[in-house]
Amino acid sequence: MMRRREFLQGLVAAAVAGLPIDATRAAGDGRLYDPLRPFGNVGLLHITDCHAQLNPSRFREPSVNLGVGPARGKPPHLVGEALLKHFGIAPGTRTAHAFTHLDFERAARVYGAMGGFAHLSTLVKRLRSQRPGALLLDGGDSWQGSATSLWTRGQDMVDAAKLLGVDVMTGHWEFTYGARRVKEVVDGDFSGRIDFIAQNVRTADFSDPVFEPYVIKTINGIPVAIVGQAFPYTPIANPRYFVRDWTFGIQEESLQKAVDAARGKGAQAVVLLSHNGMDVDLKLASRVTGIDVILGGHTHDGVPQPSIVANRAGSTVVTNAGCNGKFIGVLDLEVGNGRVTDFRYQLLPVFADLLSEDAGMAALIARVRAPYATRLAEPLAVTDGLLYRRGNFNGTFDQLILDGLMREKNAEIAFSPGFRWGTTLLPGQTITREHLMEQTAITYPYVTASELTGQTIKTILEDVADNLFNPDPYYQQGGDMVRVGGMRYAIDPTASIGRRISRMELGGKAIDADKKYKVAGWAPVSDDAKAAGGEAIWDVIERYLRDQKTIKPPRLNLPKLAGVSGDPGIAAASP
Amino acid sequence: MDRKRRQVLKSGGGVTLLTLVAAAGWLRPGDAAAQSWNKAAFDTKSMADTMKALGGGEPVQSKDIVFFQTPDIAENGAVVPVGIISNIPNTESIAVLIEKNPNMLAAVFDIPPGTEPSLSTRVKMGQSSNIYALVKADGKYFVAAKDVKVTLGGCGG
Repeated sequence: MMRRREFLQGLVAAAVAGLPIDATRAAGDGRLYDPLRPFGNVGLLHITDCHAQLNPSRFREPSVNLGVGPARGKPPHLVGEALLKHFGIAPGTRTAHAFTHLDFERAARVYGAMGGFAHLSTLVKRLRSQRPGALLLDGGDSWQGSATSLWTRGQDMVDAAKLLGVDVMTGHWEFTYGARRVKEVVDGDFSGRIDFIAQNVRTADFSDPVFEPYVIKTINGIPVAIVGQAFPYTPIANPRYFVRDWTFGIQEESLQKAVDAARGKGAQAVVLLSHNGMDVDLKLASRVTGIDVILGGHTHDGVPQPSIVANRAGSTVVTNAGCNGKFIGVLDLEVGNGRVTDFRYQLLPVFADLLSEDAGMAALIARVRAPYATRLAEPLAVTDGLLYRRGNFNGTFDQLILDGLMREKNAEIAFSPGFRWGTTLLPGQTITREHLMEQTAITYPYVTASELTGQTIKTILEDVADNLFNPDPYYQQGGDMVRVGGMRYAIDPTASIGRRISRMELGGKAIDADKKYKVAGWAPVSDDAKAAGGEAIWDVIERYLRDQKTIKPPRLNLPKLAGVSGDPGIAAASP
Repeated sequence: MDRKRRQVLKSGGGVTLLTLVAAAGWLRPGDAAAQSWNKAAFDTKSMADTMKALGGGEPVQSKDIVFFQTPDIAENGAVVPVGIISNIPNTESIAVLIEKNPNMLAAVFDIPPGTEPSLSTRVKMGQSSNIYALVKADGKYFVAAKDVKVTLGGCGG
């Protein structure tokens, strides 16, 4: 069904011969965006989770992305060589670099940065010119993740999305600017331009819909419904006070009603623009009927080919399109006799040095950055090692943050949230204030320092672990495990809540359930934490970086793992 | 619930689902089970033991009781929406019970004849727990459960 061969053709010709990375560069360059021949009569382009990366950046894919229960070893829970093998991607190629962490530093230096709205805009225009009437869908997490997005309350991204030509959008981190700000953009900037849709957001009082649940767009004479699914656990994973009057959730019943209503109005194809996360989408696809394709995001899984899920009325194609602007999903549907009869899907890596900048978008980016140029460029330290975030248990940039928190707050233990966004820096790079903001730019940046008992620490770790490793995807929230500094522990992801965490130790001594420990953290979600305030994380870490001047490669504090040996969701010799 | 009943429930740490229903007055003095009420029923640790002590059988697990609008993860433990529909003929009452609340019984709804057996309410939950929907129909008991998680939050995506 997928034209994997077609997708890879031209990418791998040199690499299959076993040529090293450097030699494949020239061979692959010219043809990367050639085999994009359109198919069918309905074209949909999909971006998601760009996390406000207007300029090209680097993003190291995870070397640990475990699936539990029936999800073990299945997409998206494949990393490194297991992922390449499963999807038939030749190692050492440009494509392998886009989808894996393998040999990251060297490959990143050869293939350059990825994404960036000016380069993406060029590619979008090219794809659109081949696909008259094609829509551009944005799965959300577009307004958050950079200094300029935070400082402009998302306005830079709102303007960039309009210029890029986004047609339909749903959201998650957008809501952390507050309900009023979201409505201001949706009813103002987006009015008549971008449809912001979400079938699963309602008012807490009378359950009235806050946004349109779906839109029907006519493409080449064919009515196509796009149904919106915002991140179901926004008020839980992020502070509820931002959306106090709204309620979210997966809302299967109302989704089914929206799909049925769209079909009833004549939609011949139904696509769910989803911020559920891929595991939730896979389960949802088996239970809700009438959806042809789920274009998914949230979990930041760059999945080269979709999964096809059977349900009682047919089957649904499920995709996930990665993050940071690295990819654009290209979906071509053949619609005939009132239904989807065939399709092609490609998740195209966006290599900045293979695409010229679109002048209009480049000008917009320059304009929004200009007032902040000096602040952004401020050098803070130089890194000796690779700094990245993504992975189930820890990343080197998070370790840096943990080290900084413990040092600056004089704490014996530190916690840092398991966010999946955040760019990657190469050894030797100067860490600027902008880079630090790419790891920390949130609207609830308060640093906390608390006295917690060993029992409470255990409860927190168990709670977060269950949000990640509950075998039922509907109980997962899609982040990674809280990063832990100072304290050692062991974890069995396959166990049940209350039994996953063990061997908690500090300085070689077992953690005492009744003893209190000083724990530093940031990004608290409670009302109390907001009222208490606290220093912003970027101020604390900036102080630490300036003090250190040179950052030695951080020594990752990783838990001892049990129950996952041989799992293809964890790379052999890698954190 | 009156104060006396609350005290009874609090004192019985091992109180289970149906003892609560009995305590809530579902089994009225005229009911055979209630007439045979004794301390043993309130000391039971499981639903099966409770029913045995009450002189009845275990409530039947039923797929005809459906939860709607009930979250998998609660946004706010203080107000968790719960919706229940009973498709069992002659449904007389529906009780909502929270397994791990100090007082399990959250509500009992009497369904007059000719009324659609569908309810929507909000309950308070201190921790992750099963919610039971217990239906009495034609004098028999049926039950369905849904696991609702109350989490500390944070750390998402």
